[in-house]
Amino acid sequence: MPKLIKDGSIVENTWIFIAKPEGDIAALEVPAGQVIIPVGTWLAQKETLQTRADIGVWLDSDDSAELIGAEANRFAVIGVNFPLFMDGRSFSTARLLRERYGFTGELRAVGNFIRDQLCYLRRCGVNAFAFANPETNLEDAVKSLQDFQEYYQASVDQPLPLFRRRA
Amino acid sequence: MYIYDEYDNSILRQRIAQFRGQTERFLAGELPPEQFLPLRLQNGLYVQRLAPMLRINVPYGMINSTQIRKLAHIARFYDKGYCHVSTRQNIQYNWPDLTEVPDILSELADVGMHGTQSSGNCIRNTTSDQFAGVAPDEIIDPRPYCEIIRQWSSFHPEFAFLPRKFKIAVTGSTRDRAAVQVHDIGLQVVFNDKGEVGFKVFVGGGLGRTPVIGVAIRNFLPEEDLLSYLEAILRVYNLYGRRDNKYKARIKILVRALTPEVFAQKVEDEWQHLKDGSNKLTRTEIERAKGFFTAPAYETIDNSAAQAVVDAQAADSVAFSKWLQRNVREHKIPGYAAVTLSLKPTGVAPGDITDSQLEIIANLADEFSFSEARTTHEQNIVLADVKKTELFNLWQKAKAAGFATPNIGTITDIICCPGGDFCSLANAKSIPIAEAIQRQFDDLDYVYDLGDIDLNISGCMNACGHHHVGHIGILGVDKAGKEFYQVQLGGSASNDASLGDVLGPSFSAEDMPTVIQKLVDVYLVNRTQEELFIDTYRRIGAAPFKEKVYAKAN
Repeated sequence: MPKLIKDGSIVENTWIFIAKPEGDIAALEVPAGQVIIPVGTWLAQKETLQTRADIGVWLDSDDSAELIGAEANRFAVIGVNFPLFMDGRSFSTARLLRERYGFTGELRAVGNFIRDQLCYLRRCGVNAFAFANPETNLEDAVKSLQDFQEYYQASVDQPLPLFRRRA
Repeated sequence: MYIYDEYDNSILRQRIAQFRGQTERFLAGELPPEQFLPLRLQNGLYVQRLAPMLRINVPYGMINSTQIRKLAHIARFYDKGYCHVSTRQNIQYNWPDLTEVPDILSELADVGMHGTQSSGNCIRNTTSDQFAGVAPDEIIDPRPYCEIIRQWSSFHPEFAFLPRKFKIAVTGSTRDRAAVQVHDIGLQVVFNDKGEVGFKVFVGGGLGRTPVIGVAIRNFLPEEDLLSYLEAILRVYNLYGRRDNKYKARIKILVRALTPEVFAQKVEDEWQHLKDGSNKLTRTEIERAKGFFTAPAYETIDNSAAQAVVDAQAADSVAFSKWLQRNVREHKIPGYAAVTLSLKPTGVAPGDITDSQLEIIANLADEFSFSEARTTHEQNIVLADVKKTELFNLWQKAKAAGFATPNIGTITDIICCPGGDFCSLANAKSIPIAEAIQRQFDDLDYVYDLGDIDLNISGCMNACGHHHVGHIGILGVDKAGKEFYQVQLGGSASNDASLGDVLGPSFSAEDMPTVIQKLVDVYLVNRTQEELFIDTYRRIGAAPFKEKVYAKAN
């Protein structure tokens, strides 16, 4: 079973990631078991899927947090995708899910983000990291979570900016 | 100026450790070049035509003599004995060895300097007025706000992978010397009618391929809301700015696509969620920041007595009087003056400075200006707090070191990017054009008679030489593999900001000095007594200039 980094440890990935289909996203057939599905599929099939507890959703970088903001806490897992590591929209989406919509479940980075983004992602509220690249060395990558231990800005992990904490 | 405390130092050390690790992984082949690219850029490291280029931030242009000596040491020990003052008040080294960059950054950190976010798609070094704190026309000193922005923007976790680079400039004077209307965000510190401090906020200005003058989206933002409002703008940009085409990714394109009204509304909506959060500035923090920019230990000086001394010295020396006229400015404190050391003598690439010259500047700063200096976006160095009675002494020392060319603000005080001699983006060389024009205008009396003329040269449309806002702007273009130069007239980076108009077909390098001479001739023939070049151009338009320059030879 593939692994991922969660809350600073390397653990089994028990959720299946469902990619966007070639065709109609609304008509995607959602398999049984713990699955993370595209937000478009969720929105289209909400009526039938909402009884399932084993549904997670993922937002692509051009999907707004608002799409699921109000109901975020019904999901155990929400994914934020990085189609390319340079596409930084999901940093904002992650913060919005945590700070504006109060999401408390697993917030998982998925896709092509890189190890060197882990610290900033953690600061934006992401607590799980499923690298698309299967060759990523997770033991090494986990070290980058702590690239910084002190910060100027307020963010999810440290809600007070340095100027409110400075002795 | 701002002094790093244990927090600033520890954050900077963590950054250097991070970058050292990244460099090692790159050199070991564990970090692919395309992933290392944005990481090295965000630490100031470019890979250029001939060698890497390392850009070191000078936050809003403020630098002290200890830092200048460190820059000299880096130039001597790690580079070829010189560096370059950029058009955004930063310092650039052209020949560092990639493997030594972490060591260079570590040495710089010893004096509170770094290359963090001096490049890449992130929030860049905030720029400001080189006469901040000393200009007689200043309303409020912008530097405490610049420092507050520096801290907020450094290592911001949400905004390190923006659609494109992002530049903020702040001015606090009546006359804008920071060109705030050609920045992604321009802030003008103002008082409202109740006497409270705040900002007029411009967005969407910029040069580059699509030059645009910024639009004001808020006429008064209370000072305590500075960071929450900036965060709202950046979030809207990060989420909605275009990412499909790097040439359409700057915030100016988004502002134009949405219309300024809709953009402003989106920012307003986002800000409503953020404005009462923990980013709201406290009185304590604003006062703490202001505490770093208090007046130095000025002496009480009788200004008219001091001026009499200077006047007598000037009467004895024409050269000194010329220098006073061009390179010395009024100061808000009686008996003091602000001096600009020219880095534009003919024959030296504009903004270039050697290791030993840096050390001389450090000594001059210690002797004459409370150990501080400022870099300017016109690529010169300012000693901001010089006693008038010391001007003659300073002038002699500056002259001996080659910094006393009395050309500040004139046609030979050229803003110029490194161009095709160094930069891999450039279409054409820019430094030799600057030199040829300086040689054309080698008669100082003639140059003085021309008055203030901003002549700006960029080697490509990325516009690092700010050619769009030069009274005369020159742009290097490539035509079938040959270098040509397009001329623009009528730009301005001041309060009356405007973009230059293209004159017509481009010229060869050899023609450029004559072309500029003809433009100046048209001005001389048409000007009224009070008019500067830009005024005459605005009054008579492009036609007479075109006629002269493109006239068929008889």
